Amino acid sequence: MSESRPARPARVRVTGPPRHVRPGTPRPPLDDSSTLGGVYLGSLLREQGRLALRVLGLLLALVGSLPLVFHLLPGLADVQVHGLGLPWLLLGVGVYPLLVVLGWRYVRRAERNERDFADLLDERRG
Amino acid sequence: MSLDVVPGVVAVVLVTAVTLAIGTYRQRFSRTTSDFFVASRTVRPGLNASAIGGEYLSGASFLGIAGLLLVFGADMLWYPVGFTAGYLVLLVLVAAPLRRSGAYTLPDFAEARLGSRGVRAACSVLVVAVGWLYLLPQFEGAGLTLAAAVGAPRWVGAVVVGVVVVVGVGSGGMRAITFVQAFQYWLKLTALLVPLAVLIVVWVGEGAPGPVAATDTAQWSLPLAAGGGAGLYATYSLIVATFLGTMGLPHVAVRFYTNPDGGAARRTTLVVLVLLGVFYLLPPAYAFLGRVYGESLAAAGRSDVMVLELPRLVLPGVGGELLTALVTAGAFAAFLSTSSGLAVAVAGVLGQDVTGRLPLLGSRTRLDGVPAFRLGAVIAVTVPLGVSLLVPDLGVARSVGLAFAMAASTFCPLLVLGIWWRGLTAPGAVAGLVAGGLGCGGAIVTTFSPARLSGWAGVLLEQPAAWSVPLAVVVMVGVSLATRDRVPPHAGRFLARLHTPESVRT
Repeated sequence: MSESRPARPARVRVTGPPRHVRPGTPRPPLDDSSTLGGVYLGSLLREQGRLALRVLGLLLALVGSLPLVFHLLPGLADVQVHGLGLPWLLLGVGVYPLLVVLGWRYVRRAERNERDFADLLDERRG
Repeated sequence: MSLDVVPGVVAVVLVTAVTLAIGTYRQRFSRTTSDFFVASRTVRPGLNASAIGGEYLSGASFLGIAGLLLVFGADMLWYPVGFTAGYLVLLVLVAAPLRRSGAYTLPDFAEARLGSRGVRAACSVLVVAVGWLYLLPQFEGAGLTLAAAVGAPRWVGAVVVGVVVVVGVGSGGMRAITFVQAFQYWLKLTALLVPLAVLIVVWVGEGAPGPVAATDTAQWSLPLAAGGGAGLYATYSLIVATFLGTMGLPHVAVRFYTNPDGGAARRTTLVVLVLLGVFYLLPPAYAFLGRVYGESLAAAGRSDVMVLELPRLVLPGVGGELLTALVTAGAFAAFLSTSSGLAVAVAGVLGQDVTGRLPLLGSRTRLDGVPAFRLGAVIAVTVPLGVSLLVPDLGVARSVGLAFAMAASTFCPLLVLGIWWRGLTAPGAVAGLVAGGLGCGGAIVTTFSPARLSGWAGVLLEQPAAWSVPLAVVVMVGVSLATRDRVPPHAGRFLARLHTPESVRT
């Protein structure tokens, strides 16, 4: 196609190597032995573990801290926002979108980690 | 039977009939053992998430939370928050690896991970214990609901739920149950949402009257249990139990094996978070309207059925009766779906580990997959049903809370360490399960005894999770480190499988 219309700028390939496994590609076993795949796997495990800890840390800081905050500052419970008590607004309504957002970001990051891992393996294996 | 109970009776009969109809219609597609146990692992995220929501939102969520909020106030908000946040914890720590483990039940996972029959046996006992602890309040709540809605004796609701569950689970297994439960999530949401919308319209039409302030408002608006430091401990203990217990509930764990792969397990869990978040917006609204219109119920100690009674109180006449009938249908669906899910999980374990191993009477053959599962279902339902009939008044919400504490003290450490730590050994796992199970179980037994302790000792026993979970973790890690030579040789390979995306599997 591009040869027939030379006025166009030449296409530059910006995509990476194919991400998905073609059936029939031979693969070395992926375990914790001293293979390169094993090293990559170790880094994937650490990456996913760190991601999980980050999300749990946020959950602890944003939601798990609330009892302590209200214990130390009981006056906060009387704060009214649009006629609703602050505890009811936070725990009855606000916490659910927060949980969904945390979960959504986690799923995206975890899937990206796995894609990076798959790409690394594919690069190494040609 | 007077005329005003007719809508309620019709509602219950309809829910039961539709449940059985979907179950038996879908049974035609349920042929193999794999269909029975895991719906052949082909359930899509949207459908699966609706089914998980339908199964998870029990009567405690549908009726109990609004009543607790009405009576005790904001500290009860931690129940719905914890029930939902538990899925976030499950999502980040276990969802995809649990699916990739390729095991069906929690005992399967433990045996595959640790290569030990002993761990398997301990897990089987605990699955049955947690499942029965959770089934008891379902039967009790069903009895309360039918008594409030149509004035039936207390045992009727429990027996009806028990029979429907045995028939439904026994005939269609997991594949049929998936469709029934997805239907029941949307039924439950509708059954709370429609009456609420009508009640809010009425409330606004009356000029939005404020609450009748009969309760102690200072404590009511504080999201902490009463009692200063002890109250703070009790609140955190409830948070530990619900945040960490969700992943260890047998009916929740079983659901993950019905996903096609690990990525689908994650996306399913995310949709579950959305569905639960939407549902749990409703009970606080009911509690608010209950403070306006239903103080008489709280005063009479009938807050458990506040959600059922509120439409009648606000809207006397046919309209209120119809709305109450709709809520009754939703409540009954709640008991049916949660009981079904628990019965499937317990029957799966019993079918594999107990009834499937018994020699048949008078012959040398043994029961194979499906008949063993059916017999397991009968046992799984009959025992807690019998107990709930013999020992009424265990307290619906409290029993559910204790089931969560038990799951958090046993299966949570096993799953998290088993998925993330190579060094877990079979002796360590058994020691941790025994420590957590005995610690939490012992505390539960003392709270059911008539001589109850007061003060800090009483709080520590009534809300054991905050100490029994760390105890289980410390014992599990400590004994594993002491028996380092018993780390299973395949541990590295197994962890690799749990965390390797399906796209690069060989």
